[in-house]
Amino acid sequence: MRPSSDLIRLALPFVALGALLGGVFWLQPRAMSYTGLNLLFNLAVPIALATLAQMFIIAVNDLDLSMGAFVGFAACVTATFLNETPWLGGLILLASVAVYAALGVVIHLRRLPAIVVTLGMSFVWLGLAVMILPAPGGAAPGWLRTLMTVRPPGIPMALAASLLIALAAHLVVARSALGVVIRGVGGNERSVARAGWSVLHARAAAYALAGLFGVLSGMALVGLTTSADANIALRYTLLSIAGVILGGGEFVGGRVSAVGAVAGALTLALAGSFLSFLRLSPDWQIGAQGAILILVLALRLGLDAIEQRRARA
Amino acid sequence: MIPHMRDMSPLLSVSDARLRFGEVTALDGVSLALHPGECLGLVGHNGAGKSTLVNVLNGSLSPHAGRVIADGHAGRWDVTTARALGLRCVFQELSLCPNLTVAENARILHRGHFGPRWRAEARRLAREALDAVFPGHGIDVQAQVASLALAQRQMVEIALAFAEAGRPARLVILDEPTSSLDAGVAGQLLAHIRRFVAGGGTVVLISHILSEVLATATRIVVMKDGRVVADRPADSFTQAGLVAAMGSTARERRRPGRNGLSGPVTPLVVQEMARGLPVRVAAGEVVGLSGLAGHGQTEMLRALHDRLAPGWIAGRRPKVAYVAGDRRHDGILPLWSIRRNLTISALASLARRGLVDERAEAAIAEHWRARIGIRSPDLGLPILSLSGGNQQKVLFARALLAEAPLVLMDDPLRGVDVGTKQEIYDIIRAEAAAGRAFVWYSTEIEEMELCDRVYVFREGAAVAELTGDRISEAAILAASFAGPDTEAAA
Repeated sequence: MRPSSDLIRLALPFVALGALLGGVFWLQPRAMSYTGLNLLFNLAVPIALATLAQMFIIAVNDLDLSMGAFVGFAACVTATFLNETPWLGGLILLASVAVYAALGVVIHLRRLPAIVVTLGMSFVWLGLAVMILPAPGGAAPGWLRTLMTVRPPGIPMALAASLLIALAAHLVVARSALGVVIRGVGGNERSVARAGWSVLHARAAAYALAGLFGVLSGMALVGLTTSADANIALRYTLLSIAGVILGGGEFVGGRVSAVGAVAGALTLALAGSFLSFLRLSPDWQIGAQGAILILVLALRLGLDAIEQRRARA
Repeated sequence: MIPHMRDMSPLLSVSDARLRFGEVTALDGVSLALHPGECLGLVGHNGAGKSTLVNVLNGSLSPHAGRVIADGHAGRWDVTTARALGLRCVFQELSLCPNLTVAENARILHRGHFGPRWRAEARRLAREALDAVFPGHGIDVQAQVASLALAQRQMVEIALAFAEAGRPARLVILDEPTSSLDAGVAGQLLAHIRRFVAGGGTVVLISHILSEVLATATRIVVMKDGRVVADRPADSFTQAGLVAAMGSTARERRRPGRNGLSGPVTPLVVQEMARGLPVRVAAGEVVGLSGLAGHGQTEMLRALHDRLAPGWIAGRRPKVAYVAGDRRHDGILPLWSIRRNLTISALASLARRGLVDERAEAAIAEHWRARIGIRSPDLGLPILSLSGGNQQKVLFARALLAEAPLVLMDDPLRGVDVGTKQEIYDIIRAEAAAGRAFVWYSTEIEEMELCDRVYVFREGAAVAELTGDRISEAAILAASFAGPDTEAAA
């Protein structure tokens, strides 16, 4: 039997990840160790969480352009309120998840383009973050710092956490009834509504899940960096979108994969380290990272074309 | 109306339903009762009101006048109450979620039926549903719907509609269910419909394959122009009788001003298709595309346009112009003035050194306003200030302005008032007499009688070519609905 197109789709981010990892090990054999891997994937966990957050939005055919600003906001709250008065910090973070759910409701009821709404919200989140933390600073709560720097035996923390996160998100998006309905809204909103489901509820739930994962991403980031800054995660908006697409997702049609999205996020995180090992001047690194992204996405397009030709045959 | 009243009270009935969409009367006083244990065949040409009636039956549309009575109660009738009654619908456009697996689609369709271990239950439900209708189907219920062939997707959709989940299905509405099934699988479906009906279920079957309807339905309702024109037991109909019932009784033929091209003419373009007859268009000819909506006419127009339209470099004189049917979607530029909407197709010839000559633009716009009678005090007003018919005239003028030798029209007069239609017919005839060629897809048969040559489409291919006096409503109906055995008659 030929491998299903889904399998090929899912294999791509892992192949890309493997290729990059091979390149890194070849350039710097000492990276092939517990500490080395830990350093390589150090910042992968928050990126993976932000990518999963974006995945829930993309699953209902929307796009979130405020993800980076929101993660930055969550990081600022974590480094200040959650550290000093935990109950207030927790309340603020919970409220921000509720705001995300409300955004889903507004976008659905008023039929607004999600891109416009979230672009506007990105300035709101950024503004709030600057108000909370005008200059870089704050401190990570001790328990969070401990959690993010724990050294489990055998497998580096970053990889173990990524695996756990991917598994949890996979259960939600692929196995739960809610996940099926969310993806169904992306695939054929009308037939989901015809079958008696509330599309409003599904979209609000997808946005709330995105808010939850965004908050977790901000907290993980502070746990790693020990302090926060309003601009700390602005790159995450585009990284998270790229991660979802790299991981086999589609912009429309509700085709998303949690495991793929995490693999895509790890690939993106590794691309930066790979370029450093190449001793590429930092001036060129962002451009080169973009080039790697274009290369892998071009592979995706190639696979899509093959898939379509097969479907027609 | 029903000659064979049954003892049982109807499961669902509508009485004197009326519904209008703007200018168009979709239902003009339709009464229909569906009884347990019958399969109702519903036939009619485009615009006869079949889809509107189905949408009233399934609760998506509520009629402006008339009542829907379900199970003897005349309460609220909407999608939710329809589902509660056990009504299931299979629509022509597939309504599964392509990104989900077959089992997950079963989960979506049958809400509230599953427990916490729903994955195994949904797989079993989907498998049993498919086995019941299409034994030996060979469909993996864990496969993503997008990876299935079109016929398999339709099989899944039909099987899930009949599935025993929670509330049993009591009334199943099938709109063209066999359009992508091969004969063997279609036979399995029709056999299942008979079993379902024998067990007390009710089916409404809409199909353009009349032999199927005749063989499966117990009663046949023929619709025309939003009315029920015949309602009799199926065995009192023949195929020819059905086609005749769908047509109008007697209407004088109006075909003035035809330029009477006869014999072989050198075609301007020939559009070969994968199947069926090639479509030939000669200069000065009006070629009609007919048949039931969605049988490949628009695709043919698009293919012809894509072949002739410039890919990289647009020349000064375009080879083809296109009048869109869906005005709002791909016709007008809603934020622009009437004038700019009109002249966009001729900007290349209106421009001097890259700048638009506004005086020439105004002059040409005024010329066309007078020529086709756009009713507006000022062409500088926004296009949306015009009525739908006048917007359509602007789109016509835009296409004619381009001076292309070939004009493609994708059902452009849908929902346009009669007066405007007559004016546009006159313009088409005048332009054709001046040597321009038109390819005209219309869902209205009468308009085909204004054409010099008509191709009737069925299942994505042109199956009949009618010329001159052979263009008639009867001939077009016969070709659109032909079953395998009437192929020769078309």
